[in-house]
Amino acid sequence: MPGRGAPGPGWGLLLVLLALGELPRAQGVEEKPGGAHGESQGFQVVTFKWHHVQDPYIIALWILVASLAKIGFHLSHKVTSVVPESALLIVLGLLLGGIVLAADHIASFSLTPTVFFFYLLPPIVLDAGYFMPNRLFFGNLGTILLYAVIGTVWNAATTGLSLYGVFRSGLMGDLNVGLLDFLLFGSLIAAVDPVAVLAVFEEVHVNEVLFIIVFGESLLNDAVTVVLYNVFESFVTLGGDKVTGVDCAKGIVSFFVVSLGGTLVGVVFAFLLSLVTRFTKHVRIIEPGFVFVLSYLSYLTSEMLSLSAILAITFCGICCQKYVKANISEQSATTVRYTMKMLASGAETIIFMFLGISAVDPLIWKWNTAFVLLTLVFISVYRAIGVVLQTWILNRYRMVQLEIIDQVVMSYGGLRGAVAYALVVLLDENKVKEKNLFVSTTIIVIFFTVIFQGLTIKPLVQWLKVKRSEQRDPKLNEKLHGRAFDHILSAIEDISGQIGHNYLRDKWSNFDRKFLSKILMRRSAQKSRDRILNVFHELNLKDAISYVAEGERRGSLAFIRSPSTDNMVNVDFSTPRPSTVEASVSYLLRENASAVRLDMQSLEQRRQSIRDTEDMVTHHTLQQYLYKPRQEYKHLYSRHELTADEDEKQDKEIFHRTMRKRLESFKSAKLGVNPHKKAAKLLKRERVQKRRNSSIPNGKLPMVSPLHDFTITEKDLELPDPEEAPSYDAEEMSGGIEFLANITQDTATDSPSGIDNPVFSPDEDPGILSAVPPWLSPGETVVPSQRARVQIPHSPSNFHRLAPFRLSGKSVDSFLLADGPEEQPHAPPESTHM
Amino acid sequence: MGSRSSHAARIPDVDSIRRETGFSQASLLRLYHRFRALDWNEKGYLSRVDLQQIGALAVNPLGDRIIDSFFPDGSLHLDFPGFVRVLARFRPVDDEDNGNRDPKEPEPLNSRMNKLRFAFQLYDLDRDGKISRQEMLQVLRLMVGVQVTEEQLESIADRTVQEADEDGDGAVSFLEFAKSLEKMNIEQKMSIRILK
Repeated sequence: MPGRGAPGPGWGLLLVLLALGELPRAQGVEEKPGGAHGESQGFQVVTFKWHHVQDPYIIALWILVASLAKIGFHLSHKVTSVVPESALLIVLGLLLGGIVLAADHIASFSLTPTVFFFYLLPPIVLDAGYFMPNRLFFGNLGTILLYAVIGTVWNAATTGLSLYGVFRSGLMGDLNVGLLDFLLFGSLIAAVDPVAVLAVFEEVHVNEVLFIIVFGESLLNDAVTVVLYNVFESFVTLGGDKVTGVDCAKGIVSFFVVSLGGTLVGVVFAFLLSLVTRFTKHVRIIEPGFVFVLSYLSYLTSEMLSLSAILAITFCGICCQKYVKANISEQSATTVRYTMKMLASGAETIIFMFLGISAVDPLIWKWNTAFVLLTLVFISVYRAIGVVLQTWILNRYRMVQLEIIDQVVMSYGGLRGAVAYALVVLLDENKVKEKNLFVSTTIIVIFFTVIFQGLTIKPLVQWLKVKRSEQRDPKLNEKLHGRAFDHILSAIEDISGQIGHNYLRDKWSNFDRKFLSKILMRRSAQKSRDRILNVFHELNLKDAISYVAEGERRGSLAFIRSPSTDNMVNVDFSTPRPSTVEASVSYLLRENASAVRLDMQSLEQRRQSIRDTEDMVTHHTLQQYLYKPRQEYKHLYSRHELTADEDEKQDKEIFHRTMRKRLESFKSAKLGVNPHKKAAKLLKRERVQKRRNSSIPNGKLPMVSPLHDFTITEKDLELPDPEEAPSYDAEEMSGGIEFLANITQDTATDSPSGIDNPVFSPDEDPGILSAVPPWLSPGETVVPSQRARVQIPHSPSNFHRLAPFRLSGKSVDSFLLADGPEEQPHAPPESTHM
Repeated sequence: MGSRSSHAARIPDVDSIRRETGFSQASLLRLYHRFRALDWNEKGYLSRVDLQQIGALAVNPLGDRIIDSFFPDGSLHLDFPGFVRVLARFRPVDDEDNGNRDPKEPEPLNSRMNKLRFAFQLYDLDRDGKISRQEMLQVLRLMVGVQVTEEQLESIADRTVQEADEDGDGAVSFLEFAKSLEKMNIEQKMSIRILK
């Protein structure tokens, strides 16, 4: 990401340019050009027009500095693993601000509310909404709302009132403030900040429920903050004694208007956005633009209507994600993903850096020790009390209890951030007399929460969880079965329906299927809405794409059709060549792998040098290659990382296995379980397939016309645009399966042997299989996906993985080979070509 | 919860199921809804296909085996009591369960041994009470990424069996299985908080 990150924020800053127009003159650099304007004789070959480019230039420079700093931070893994990036950025900002101040003698730069609210915040919130784990979010919506609404009101009220109480006691000395000012301050300091929370929580790995609660709260409390802020600001303007009950009632009403209105605006724009992306088939190139422009419009629209803009853009992202992802092309989806991450990440970087820079301004500082310290104490204490009280209530209704540790993390994770800062800067000095005190205190609070709490929360979480009493190496059995238990547990969770709310969810998904999807999704996308087929469809698309890419790499697709020699290599295991390759490759692999895990291994070795190394290798193998259980890898939301490829890969891998196995059991058991006719059809096709396959004489190349083969290829080529591949989507149910069948048949043409993979066959008799070489066993042939086959000839590492088929007659599934060279760090490089 | 319990009456044999499984009324009701939702064409029972429709199971390496364990002895229908009975294994172990349990009553479904037994039968496909090397290998193959070679898998399977095998018959009996995991907190590891 850093590489992308560096030039990245430029896009967003095209917008910021406009906003930063009012940016005051920058430091040092721009003093030089003075001379250029002095001379004015005739035509200048080269002119130096600093003022012409000044503002955008400075902005671009800031972005560059921030991005470079980010690269710098990540050079040292040690630092970033201990100190959160946000804290580092603030410190960097302080330093830069100091330099600017020293050079210029006035603080030239600060984070203005306009820039923040119009240009920096929207990408962050949109990103949060668009990548929101919906299921988790709505599953915990009640809890999130309680914390966001009641919790924020509680924080604001208690903090404001307590400060006022202390002020009355005279501890703060002489301040020109009233009760309403304190409540106003309380309301702006109460809200947990989405930017800060994410920046820190991303690095603290807490469980998903806890994460979504804190994260959701920080997003949804915006409405409350906005309303409280507006209400108290108007009250302050009005003057304390003129506030009537009617005004209070209006305040409460406005809360509902602001929050529900904001949400509604977001949903409406999400609807529009989904609808628009349905028709972008011929303008693929600007497809991603719609996502950004329309969601930004939702933000601006609700801002215009003085509704909660954050809620609007959050819900726009949440609601549109499903349909947009289904509608836009694969490439556009990638573009959207990366652009969004880039913008959000860039905006976040700039926010934190400018928070630091803004703090270096002697004009805003007004210190009042009692006020600052008490604010810190009150916000921490009341947050903790509020969390405990609310959790106590919630736990009576929640299926998944929030435990003590969770509550500690939630209390401690209540970070304040740039939203509070921007709000406090917005205050009118004429109305709020002690604005500077509020500003300084807010800055202190932000720095304290982000830097101190951000630094300590990770050790705290680790310390709280320290239940591991004994430090012993788990035995092989424990390791293996332990992992099996994890899988079992997650399966049972899936079967028993996880968190509840199933009834509502079912109702919603019915509604969605019957109406919404019909309107908002392309027809082709609707057809593959079935979750399983959806995944399968995606896998096949990827296969097909890589197939085509491979063809392009070679200059033609001839390799698919002609059983050329290098294609033969792929299946011709009878020559001695692969085995020698295999030996060397496995050697290489082992070497590489141990290099990667060097420190891990050396640690192990030091601790237990007696242990036989083979055993260790076994442990490592298990450690590294055992599939991870769902809970462990399922990504929640990360601003800086896109979902890890590893997980997708694992999903794919298992999915292929499962589907093939199910197919096999269809075939072998001929179960008539499936009631609908599509399945019956499928079954029939399978039988036909089987007959065809088993009619292949052993060991001989089956005669299937190349022409037929070619048509299959063509079909594959069309897959990237499903709209134009009616044959693929013709039958909802059998689409994916048919593809499988095609593969099977397809491979039968160019592979005399096929590959017997017991993983995919019923579990009965691997013993027999291992005794009989695959090309002699008459049974079904199941093959790695096309992707695998396509790449097989290139890298010897493939042989390494295929060779065991030959030796043992069994295989591990090898369809993943396509990702071989790039995605597997331990695979030998391409240079080992033959 | 009071208002919901009226619905619970709709579940057939609700009382005997409760007694057997130890589920709370609310959990049973929730599971009943789930059961009905999975049974999308309202057959009154679940078939393998119904469970296979759950997307997440397709990416669970043991998914199909777990589905199979809902259909003991080759049956094709899964009724609600059977459904709940399997899930009852994963009910967390309460303190009260152990405290005032009548020793004469059968072991509750969520006991440590029953949890282990559930896992064991996922391995022991031929139901001979032993996990053979071959059976271990099959499970390994399901659970390990494709990068691992067959030889490695075999050697892992050998080692795993050897490690647990105490009587030297080259297979892991249930007792050996339980013994090899005695240090593990099965009660906690094989429980789901939501299944109370």
